[in-house]
Amino acid sequence: MLCKGVKRKREEEEEEELTSQDWWLEEATPSPSSEEGAGPAPLPPSSLFNLSIFKLHHGLRRGEPDLRHLVLVVNTLRRIQSSMALEPSAPEPPCPAPADPFPVVPDTPLCTSVSALLDDLSHIEGLSDTQTAFPEDAPLSRPPDPGLDPGRPAPLGSLELLLEDGLEGLFDDIDTSMYDCELWPNLKTDSGETEDKIQGPGLDVSELDYLMDVIVGTQTL
Amino acid sequence: MAGAGGGNDIQWCFSQVKGAVDDDVAEADIISTVEFNHSGELLATGDKGGRVVIFQQEQENKTQTHSRGEYNVYSTFQSHEPEFDYLKSLEIEEKINKIRWLPQKNAAQFLLSTNDKTIKLWKISERDKRPEGYNLKEEDGRYRDPTTVTTLRVPVFRPMDLMVEASPRRIFANAHTYHINSISINSDYETYLSADDLRINLWHLEITDRSFNIVDIKPANMEELTEVITAAEFHPNSCNTFVYSSSKGTIRLCDMRASALCDRHSKLFEEPEDPSNRSFFSEIISSISDVKFSHSGRYMMTRDYLSVKIWDLNMENRPVETYQVHEYLRSKLCSLYENDCIFDKFECCWNGSDSVVMTGSYNNFFRMFDRNTKRDITLEASRENNKPRTVLKPRKVCASGKRKKDEISVDSLDFNKKILHTAWHPKENIIAVATTNNLYIFQDKVN
Repeated sequence: MLCKGVKRKREEEEEEELTSQDWWLEEATPSPSSEEGAGPAPLPPSSLFNLSIFKLHHGLRRGEPDLRHLVLVVNTLRRIQSSMALEPSAPEPPCPAPADPFPVVPDTPLCTSVSALLDDLSHIEGLSDTQTAFPEDAPLSRPPDPGLDPGRPAPLGSLELLLEDGLEGLFDDIDTSMYDCELWPNLKTDSGETEDKIQGPGLDVSELDYLMDVIVGTQTL
Repeated sequence: MAGAGGGNDIQWCFSQVKGAVDDDVAEADIISTVEFNHSGELLATGDKGGRVVIFQQEQENKTQTHSRGEYNVYSTFQSHEPEFDYLKSLEIEEKINKIRWLPQKNAAQFLLSTNDKTIKLWKISERDKRPEGYNLKEEDGRYRDPTTVTTLRVPVFRPMDLMVEASPRRIFANAHTYHINSISINSDYETYLSADDLRINLWHLEITDRSFNIVDIKPANMEELTEVITAAEFHPNSCNTFVYSSSKGTIRLCDMRASALCDRHSKLFEEPEDPSNRSFFSEIISSISDVKFSHSGRYMMTRDYLSVKIWDLNMENRPVETYQVHEYLRSKLCSLYENDCIFDKFECCWNGSDSVVMTGSYNNFFRMFDRNTKRDITLEASRENNKPRTVLKPRKVCASGKRKKDEISVDSLDFNKKILHTAWHPKENIIAVATTNNLYIFQDKVN
């Protein structure tokens, strides 16, 4: 049997998280072993969507995200979203309430766009980018602090000026809306939907559209 | 290949296995890279714990005509240590991502090893004699009182037990913001490239405090990021040419003479998507995990999740040969996405004459494809077959329908046992295959 949702035993952290999030496997349609020959993905797009959101969330929470993994998951999410957008009348299968209350639309950190989070990544990484920036004409470049001993780890150089203001200064212009955004501002006022419905995996396509709009940054933030 | 066929078929035999026997794998012992040197006499492995182990082939024994020399441990050293990036508050893994050997110029051997952020040039040298008979020093190193010296003698070299020393000669640091996935030494043997997810840098082996950025695909706005660099390699003969592959299944060939920043490719290799096989996972499975030039330099091979493709450098619109590694997984992509196996990065390699290519799969299986006979074979790296000169039995996976005797069904495959790293001796039919924490060496049967 293929190891559904089972991580390599060495990666205990991932395994712990996954087992607590296994609820989404309940709605999986026939197991792969019952498929003879090639066939389409057994999970309905909405489940794949949820799975991808989970992977994205998990990937972004890691210390240093695996950029390839992140990009591939985001691109897959976009594919699923455009496929779901093409079939607005496709009925969403009813899903049982999750045993563990892990919301489909993940907790607040993901309500900001993925792009904003990728931006954070590049902002912090951009600070160490000063090493590699150089004018195109120069055949060879020097880092900004030529007097540095190459053996010294992570030369700060101009970054020390930033740190003079303390670490707080570094994060001044980072998007903090993850801490104070309303999860579903439009949905709450629209038809008075209950929180249960929002947390359940059976979301309307319009809600999913909204979420995907946010994620792919088509909304002005 | 072993099996029905003519006299040219190779019969692969178990030769050696290195590494711990028990099933409980220590994280640090996970092998992360395998590479023969240019003569094939040395075989290097890197692991997740940042260590490099070099094996040396024994000189061929004239009396032992039925097997080639065995590989024994030659040198072990700690190449990289875990580091802490204080700015980002992140630990930098010590795992060795790649090892590349320099061609031998003198008695010492040199190799480049890299983790996610730092590349190091190591010198491995032998010491088998030491000077004895100093005038001012005793044998134990204590200084003699000069007034007690009545005669002078010339120190002489006397043999000692062989000592192999590894010393870091250069450290190339602070040039990569993202994770280094490839290093490749240029055919000029003076420069090399290092590639991370978004950039490729060119270095001179003598100069550590600067590098030249030759490819940069980072978008001005990270929101627009949709593609990353997955592998890069210099052409084996043409010192101005290199290729890099992407997560979207494309390969770009660049000529460094064209411009300083090679953001515009000279050639773009891409096969159009097969509409009948389109799925949500099409892009993930098209992501190229490895690219290798043939020794001749005329072809290059790419590995994506399900196949190995051979490209003629003169034809950009499709590969000249495609080999399915484990097509039976195509119907299982959803499950493989769930358990993240779909993101596994398999490597591939050529044999010395470019006639056979090899790559790994799951269940500790590995596959070889003979480009001339078009025959392929699946073999298993397992301690069950570990009698020397035992010919390996071909394995077969049953995708569907009635399972024949000795076949394994897809659902019985162990997806935790993956062979990601393989290497082929540059001149002989000797292969090194890495399972999670063991290194297997197989040879062809010598009659």
